[in-house]
Amino acid sequence: MSWRRCSTRVDQLPAIELRGLVRRFGERAVLREVSVTVPAGATLAVLGRNGAGKSTLLRILATLLRPHAGEVRVFGEALPRRAFAVRAHLGLLGHDPLLYRDLSGRENLGYHARLYGVAPRRVEDVLDAVAMRERGDEPVRLLSRGMVQRLAVCRAVLHRPRLLLLDEPLANLDPAAGGLVAPLIGRSSGATRVLTSHDPAAALAEADLVLGLQDGRAAFVCPPAGVDQPMLEQLYA
Amino acid sequence: MRDERAPGMWRTALAVLRKDLLLELRGLETVPAMILFALVTFVIFHFGLGRDTIDGQLAAGVLTATLLFAAMLGINRLFVAEREQGGFDAFLLAPVDRTALLVAKALALLVFLAVLELIAVPAFGLLLLGPPLGSRLPGLVAVLALGDVALAVIGTLVSAIAVHTRARDLIGPIVGLPLLLPALIAVARGAGPVLAVHGSGAPPGRWVAILALYDVVFALLSYAVFDFLLED
Repeated sequence: MSWRRCSTRVDQLPAIELRGLVRRFGERAVLREVSVTVPAGATLAVLGRNGAGKSTLLRILATLLRPHAGEVRVFGEALPRRAFAVRAHLGLLGHDPLLYRDLSGRENLGYHARLYGVAPRRVEDVLDAVAMRERGDEPVRLLSRGMVQRLAVCRAVLHRPRLLLLDEPLANLDPAAGGLVAPLIGRSSGATRVLTSHDPAAALAEADLVLGLQDGRAAFVCPPAGVDQPMLEQLYA
Repeated sequence: MRDERAPGMWRTALAVLRKDLLLELRGLETVPAMILFALVTFVIFHFGLGRDTIDGQLAAGVLTATLLFAAMLGINRLFVAEREQGGFDAFLLAPVDRTALLVAKALALLVFLAVLELIAVPAFGLLLLGPPLGSRLPGLVAVLALGDVALAVIGTLVSAIAVHTRARDLIGPIVGLPLLLPALIAVARGAGPVLAVHGSGAPPGRWVAILALYDVVFALLSYAVFDFLLED
């Protein structure tokens, strides 16, 4: 696939700047020379096959992995050197809900509230928002996957992050539950968002900018209108 | 852009400690196993040594070895919930001082050891020890408390190393036991005179001082290197 770069309007300080990002696991390069700039408040959809490097990219932005080469800036702060400065502004919703199974949803969120210095009242607010207040005292291990995902959304947005890193955010959620979490992690949240999805149509509908990853390389960086069917077919070929 | 809401190290450590104690209360996976192990070991020693009672250095050796191996169970499980349930990532995402995790885990292990000894030491007094514990208890508690600090600090350090490896059940004892050896020798030597029939009941100052020094050195060492153990 040839490299394509479409112009995108950047009228604010970028929330994310990646320049020549490289990340390896052992000898294998998972991300190779990835560059993209995401304006504050915009949504970047990251598309690609399994193993293309989407989750690795999110983990680097979340400060959980170090880049091996290149430059990564979040809200102007260079990672990993200034990771401490940006962590309070990041919310990660990944494959793992990051919740203790033997604790209730309320206890899990209470723990995270203490880690972020968030008032306990906020725990009740987010539980209310995802209709989990009534089930908030049940151990997480007794809840359905969809309910656990709703709690994971609560955890990710508890501290009102300015950058949401969403790895398959609607996994395990039925349409009704998807509607419940939309105000928290959707465009109306007001946060800059990086989201991955295996449903390109849904991701394109949410995005202001699309990064297609193929074998760790940026196959294209485009506004959604610039992504056509042949590009997607090549990306997932 | 640093967030002013981020809690300080001690508040973070207390949040993690509270969560760990809650998890242990819910699951009862670690402390009951440690207690059961210690009690069974005393019974084995009781019959294996072929003696109704023991005292002095032998008693100190039996008590120290039993508490050490019971503690290894707790050390091996210290970070299991973090690894298996995403606790590491959740903690590393938060805008907190990472040393808080070392402090919290060491305190949690200290609590586990205190509960273990609350049951194991009287049981040892009943099942094996010749001289009555009564007047010897303050001296023994002082030595065990210093030993517990060494177990907690070194155990947390080793557990944090081991949990990232596939052979974590082996790494814990293989790395931890040699590091703990000087402290355990000091505990046994310190407790020996305390448990002697005609002992003064007070531990020898030299061994107490060595133990305290060992605690301080490893607490500082752990503080210095713990952040690097959490790095990717």
